[in-house]
Amino acid sequence: MNETSKLKKVLEKGVFAVTAECGPPKGADPEAVTQKARLLKGHVDAVNVTDNQTAIVRMSSMAACSLLKSEGLDPVLQMVVRDRNRIALQSDVLGASAIGIRNILCLSGDHQVFGNQPQAMGVFDLDSIQFVQVVKNMRDGAKIIGGDSLTKAPELFIGAAANPFADPLSFRAVRLAKKIAAGADFIQTQCVYNLERFGKWLEMARDNGLTDRVAILGGVTPLKSVGMARYMKSKVSGMDIPDAVIKRMDGAPKDKQREEGIKICVETILQMKEMRGVKGVHIMAIEWEETVQEIAESAGLLPRPG
Amino acid sequence: MITAEQKPIDEIREMINPYKRILAVGCGSCVAECAAGGQKETAMLASALRMAARMNHEDVTIDEKTLDRQCVRDFVIQLDDVIQNYDALLSLACGAGVQAVAEMFPEIPVIPALNTEFLGETRDQGLWIESCQGCGDCMLYFFGGICPISRCSKQLLNGPCGGSKNGVCEVDPEVPCAWQMIIDRLARFNALGRLEMIYPPKDWAKKQGKGPRKIIREDQQS
Repeated sequence: MNETSKLKKVLEKGVFAVTAECGPPKGADPEAVTQKARLLKGHVDAVNVTDNQTAIVRMSSMAACSLLKSEGLDPVLQMVVRDRNRIALQSDVLGASAIGIRNILCLSGDHQVFGNQPQAMGVFDLDSIQFVQVVKNMRDGAKIIGGDSLTKAPELFIGAAANPFADPLSFRAVRLAKKIAAGADFIQTQCVYNLERFGKWLEMARDNGLTDRVAILGGVTPLKSVGMARYMKSKVSGMDIPDAVIKRMDGAPKDKQREEGIKICVETILQMKEMRGVKGVHIMAIEWEETVQEIAESAGLLPRPG
Repeated sequence: MITAEQKPIDEIREMINPYKRILAVGCGSCVAECAAGGQKETAMLASALRMAARMNHEDVTIDEKTLDRQCVRDFVIQLDDVIQNYDALLSLACGAGVQAVAEMFPEIPVIPALNTEFLGETRDQGLWIESCQGCGDCMLYFFGGICPISRCSKQLLNGPCGGSKNGVCEVDPEVPCAWQMIIDRLARFNALGRLEMIYPPKDWAKKQGKGPRKIIREDQQS
């Protein structure tokens, strides 16, 4: 039970890290998770499990992480502050560590109006930066909010998210610095399609010395079709898909669009590998986990360190 | 001010259905300003209810009276002289007013005619916006006079989130991003440095610590 985070080990070794995403099922079937685990095993260093993403009710991230762990993967527990107050969040942090989860990604979460429970009360007792700080104090100081001591501190590699494409760009470095000051060990970015803007954001982070203080994992999502690209551009918040990418997908014949999407994804990874300050990639192949191996292979990221 | 909107007339009719002699009580303060429960709206609602009753051949009396404030007992007392003529009150006050009247007249049902909405301002004719949660610990100074608790969809004290685009909130293109406004305003005063610190978790005990809050001011008591 006492093993450390594999993601942390890979990053400490200076190896370009690879993580993938696993969305839990809209049901109680454990096989849905273990199947995805088998598709990803050996091709990534860690697997990130979403927490009721887009505010749609799914199997809990904690349970899915536990299933991934029993399949021999290093899970990253996503936790959003939308659904739980500080009592529940801190309690779940302790529980996660107790069952051997070693990575956590602290997020604010998609607003409840986007999902299938729009009448839910949004909690937002903490915000994502405060949550990072709380987990850090629990881990390094064995203390919860208010100062009470823990009998045993949780062991967690702490992550946070950043969206290089959100506004205002000038303030994005300040917010990243706040996340690092709060205690983030790694940063996972929003899907990168606009490398120019990503580069600008990275440069600001570099200029402020932030890339030396945190491991930035660039996010990528392979596009399945031009329809998906258009949908993401217009409907998914915080997404920046340049027209050139849409055009490129549109230019591919219908039966070749998946291939084109993978190609774009691999090219993006190859470019990010060359960018100073990017320490790894996070591949979010939404309900398309079987493609992660191919992408990692084509981007020269296999085999993964043991 | 406290804002409110009138309930649908069918819902009101259903609630007052058991009663024959009803006094519609308006409130001349906040709900008059937001055109939901002032003298004019009370007259309009009472007349609509009378008309509906007549069309359904119901034998119902609906009178009207507007107090300056229903949330202050000194004004509610004015109902003392007339209340015996009625078997129900229909209050066009906010939730606080309805309850204050009900507390003072425990023998008579007090029925709410409004849905109380929020603490806000009159931005324009026919436009009211929410701007305060009454959290009990005002942080407006730090955020340049724009409250993220009320105006950021995720109540972030360390925003903006990744959903801020072109000054607009991801939740609704009609909603301006409070954090963009905060940043713009603090930048104008060269005070962006205020946003570099991490604001700690808010003390919600000041809002909901021990149930309903109370203010006790001995200097105001006689």
